[in-house]
This record gives sequence, structure tokens and C-alpha cells, in this order.
Amino acid sequence: MPYRYLDEISIADIAFEAWGKSLEETFTASAEATLNVMVEELDTIRPLVKREVQLEDEALDLLLFNFLQELIYYKDAQRLLLRMEKLEIGEREGKFHLRCLAVGEEIDPARHPLRLDVKAVTLHHFALVREEQGWKATVILDV
Amino acid sequence: MAIFEKAIRISDTVWEISPSFKEGMRVPARIYGTEKVVREMDEAVYDQITNVATLPGITRYAFCMPDGHSGYGFPIGGVAAMDVDEGVISPGGIGFDINCGMRLVRTNLTFDEIKPHLKELVDRLFQKVPAGVGSTGFVKISRSEFRKVLEEGARWCVRNDYGWQEDLELTEDSGCVEGADPSKVSEKAIDRGYNQIGTLGSGNHYLEIQVARPEHVFDQRLAREFGITLPNQVVIMFHCGSRGFGHQVATDYLELFLKVMERKYGMKILDRELACAPFQSPEGRDYFASMNCAINMSFANRQVILHRIREVFSEVFGRSPEDLGLHMIYDVPHNTAKLERHKVEGKIKTLLVHRKGATRAFGPNMEGLPERYQEVGQPVIIGGSMETGSYLLVGTPEGAETFYSTAHGSGRTMSRAKARKLWRGEKLQREMESHGIYIRTASWSGLAEEAGQAYKNIDDVVLATEKAGLSKRVVRFVPVGNVKG
Repeated sequence: MPYRYLDEISIADIAFEAWGKSLEETFTASAEATLNVMVEELDTIRPLVKREVQLEDEALDLLLFNFLQELIYYKDAQRLLLRMEKLEIGEREGKFHLRCLAVGEEIDPARHPLRLDVKAVTLHHFALVREEQGWKATVILDV
Repeated sequence: MAIFEKAIRISDTVWEISPSFKEGMRVPARIYGTEKVVREMDEAVYDQITNVATLPGITRYAFCMPDGHSGYGFPIGGVAAMDVDEGVISPGGIGFDINCGMRLVRTNLTFDEIKPHLKELVDRLFQKVPAGVGSTGFVKISRSEFRKVLEEGARWCVRNDYGWQEDLELTEDSGCVEGADPSKVSEKAIDRGYNQIGTLGSGNHYLEIQVARPEHVFDQRLAREFGITLPNQVVIMFHCGSRGFGHQVATDYLELFLKVMERKYGMKILDRELACAPFQSPEGRDYFASMNCAINMSFANRQVILHRIREVFSEVFGRSPEDLGLHMIYDVPHNTAKLERHKVEGKIKTLLVHRKGATRAFGPNMEGLPERYQEVGQPVIIGGSMETGSYLLVGTPEGAETFYSTAHGSGRTMSRAKARKLWRGEKLQREMESHGIYIRTASWSGLAEEAGQAYKNIDDVVLATEKAGLSKRVVRFVPVGNVKG
């Protein structure tokens, strides 16, 4: 898994680091890390429903911030657990654009080992940085 | 802890960090607690509370309560009172879970009377008060009706037979704050919240059946005033907030404030999570109006949960809730910003008091208290870990020092990941049962993360709170049954 949870940063909440060779990989890994806080085994989520996600922002890190919030939004608004696929990020007219397919199913406590409700993505220590090998995100989730 | 040495000891329970500690501090930071409790706080608390001291309009001090621990933006346990003309409003000073709070309900039952029914009570409560990821409540209303909930709070519930008139009197702000404007709230926030009324949530949210043992009554007279009169009397305490609705309101305005803060208002902050806007700006006012909606949503949430509790007790005992004496003691929010009148340098001023993981604790004879508590002061409800105990305290006149603010819980000392390595949920449940606590949970790993030893000692925290004069102990409760989110 291209992510790990960080014990030392947040005692009450959940912090993680996610990485990838490209922005797309890093965003996808960050989404998996966020979802994994809510559900212990991501493979229990069947690909039964699809939602299209399209976002834009002037700042690349705030694009990630908004992207992760989509997961949290669908969890409450439609009771959906979604995994992000076919993610594409581009830059146009001074803005970053994101498109992807969110695929998953409705929450079923009998089949999904649930853990913690993620309330929000915080901006505390929030970072998306370029590294030699690609990109790394650091995120604290409020739970 | 090295940083502790930089604090000046003001008294046995007050530690001050002077503005020279960090560039931009407008006032000193004051941390409340005994040396033991303050030394246990993580270093980030110092960094965060001194960041709070840099916010425009902060009055007197940036306070940290004895249960302080690191959060984001403000520490949990942070209190900041802002000048309403020159000061800011900050979602990071309130928390994402707007009006997360505690409600305490008494019964006229003793532990011996409920003991044979304990499992049935907890099992039924677990069914009727949904908990865990993405849970929805039994109140099915339209989005437009939900907007009425946002305006009316717990009053909407009583109007719709989910409560008694007296419940409103026994809720802070009578269960409804003024100035809630649903037109300032996003559709996304409505989407996330309109089907969640009557749900607990997860993490450290819970619903407990507790017992007031005679040896745990610290003040007989005050306990009687609050309706604790029987040896081993049973009470119900629960902890939850404004669910997805409040979380989205905070997120929406955090983003908006980030965009306007520097560009439009020329303000720089040390942590993006402290994003803020002048209270008198259109953005600041809109957030206040939306946050008030979330405060009301949360009052309604706890009111509907109380309705479900009354149903369950009534079904199990075959008696009416009135006959079982299921009266509220009080309901306190601990994540809010409120306009309050306080004395500053001899003059009464209106301040916007941010409390994040801190409880209002009005002393006797203060405006805003229910008539029946005028002489004694405001009940303060402090929840401990699920294995140890919780407290009922009362506000004091000395609380004026912190704008009548006090602690809200015990505060974690161990990360969730570490707790998960040390305990297994299933085993912990069995151990707790052998210690006389029957627990049902929506998540085994979530349960392990809430193990008692992952928290500070609640007795130490509450004693420090009393020693600091922030509030006074009345009764300690021990848990016997628990529904865990």
C-alpha cells in the first residue's frame, strides 16, 4: 500500500502519508488511505455503483483537499463507500483540473468491517510536495 | 518536557507563556491544571495555544483547559474570547463537530433495579440509537423541513413530540440559538445531515448508563439540586454532535476563509487550520449564521436521542418515562463560538467566545441559567473514558477568570494506532463485561482505540479543574452499560 499512518503527529485524530510516482498515483493513494480509516478491508467494497468526480482549483494541494472531501461527502449524503479509479489531473488556464470515476457500493455493516467515521479533512500540517521519486501527501483527518 | 520550563508558574494551577515566546502573540497564553496534568500535555499544545494568542481581537489571554491536548488550529481545550468589532471568527476555534456536547438524564431507578435488565437496555439502545460510519436516523424529513430544524433546534423536536417542554429549559440556550440562517448553508451540508438526526456518530461518541455511588457524591446539597437523591441512582449520559451537517459547514467556511483572509482582509496566520475572517465581515457573519444552524442541528440530534432513550426504558420496564423519572439534568455544548457579555477591565463587553473542547460553566445568578439552577450555578458535564467514569460539576463565580469556561473530557494520551496495537476490541469487550460494564459497539477496532488507558486519568483532570476554581465537583458516575459509536 502506498500509504502509512503516522502515530506521532496526531493523538486524537488520524494522520497519514501517501505517495506515488505521479500526482494521479498520490491522489489515488490518499483516497485509499482516507477510505481505509472508515473501512478496514477495502476489498470488501464491491464495484456496484459509479459516480463521476470532476473538480478544479487554483492550488494543487487544495485540489487534493477537495478530492478527499468527495469521499466523505458520498459517505454521508448517499451512504456510499467509493474507490477512485481512472484519475486524471491536468492544468488549464491557471487552474488544476481533476477527473475520475468513483466506484463502490452502499455501506453494509454486515459485510464491511467499519472503523471510524471521518468527519473532515483538516488543513493542519496538510501538504502535497514534489520529491525526487514523485509526490508525497501528508494529511490529518478529523475523526 | 523542555517547553514546560518556558511557562511561568502563576499559581499551583495556572501556567503562563508570555508574548515574547513567539512573534505575533497579542496576549499571553494561560494553561490551567496541576503540574502533573500540564506536564502530561503534548508539546503541540504549547505551539497551538500560542498560535491562538496571535489572532486579531483576542481578549485577555489564550486559555487552555486542564484536559488540553493537541488538535488542529486550536488545541482541544482551547478558549479565546474575541472583541466583536476588531476580532475574528475561526472555524478552527470551534472544531468541525460544531456543538459536539454532552447530555445528562436522570432516572428514579437504582442500579439493583436495572441490573436484571441491563443487557436488554443496552441492546435496545444500540438498535434505536444508530452509531458508526454513515448511520442514519429514524426521523424522516424533507430537506425543507430540515431547514426548520436548523432554525428551531430542539424546539422543533418538542413541537413534533420528540421531547418535553421542560427539556428545553434544561438545555443550554434553551436548545435553540438565535441568528441561525439556513440560506447561508451549502446544499452539500444539507445533503450530509438531513437524514442523520438521532444518530451518535463514531470515534469518542457514546451513550452510557451510569451509576452514582454514594461514596462518589462530593456535595450532597448540590447533588440534590440536580436530582441525584438515591444511593446508586442510575443516570444516562451521552456525547455527540452535529454529524455530517456540522462537519460540512465548518469545511465550507474554512475554505472560503482561506480564500479571502489574505487577499481581501490582509491577515496572515501561522497555521491554515486557523483560517479566520473578521467577525463583522460578510464572510464572518455568514459563517456565524451557518454555525448557529449547526448548533441547533446538534441540539435537535441530542433531543431525538433522548426521545429514543425514553422509549427504550419505557418498553423495558413497562412504565411511562414520566413514571421512571427520566428528566434531563442538563445539556452542554463544548464546540461553539457564542456572543456573551463579560466584564473586561471593569466594563461589561460583548465578546465572541470560542470554546473548542471546552464547556461553558456559568456561576450562580448569571443570566442565561435555567430558573431552577439560578442559585446553584450551571451543571457541567464532563465525560471520561468508557472504562473509568464521568462527572457532574457546577460552575463557580471564580470562573470569571476564563470567561466561565472549563474542561470537557479527559483527553487522550495515546494515539489511536498505538491503542489498536495494545488492545483487541473483542477481548476488551469481554474484559469490560467481567468488570461490570456491558458494551455494544459499531466497530471492534473503534472500541480498542477508546480503551480507558489511552486517556488521561479523569479524576486528575477534574481535580485540577476544581483546584483551578473553574468548576466544582458534585458527583462522579461509573459506567455499567455503553453504546459505542
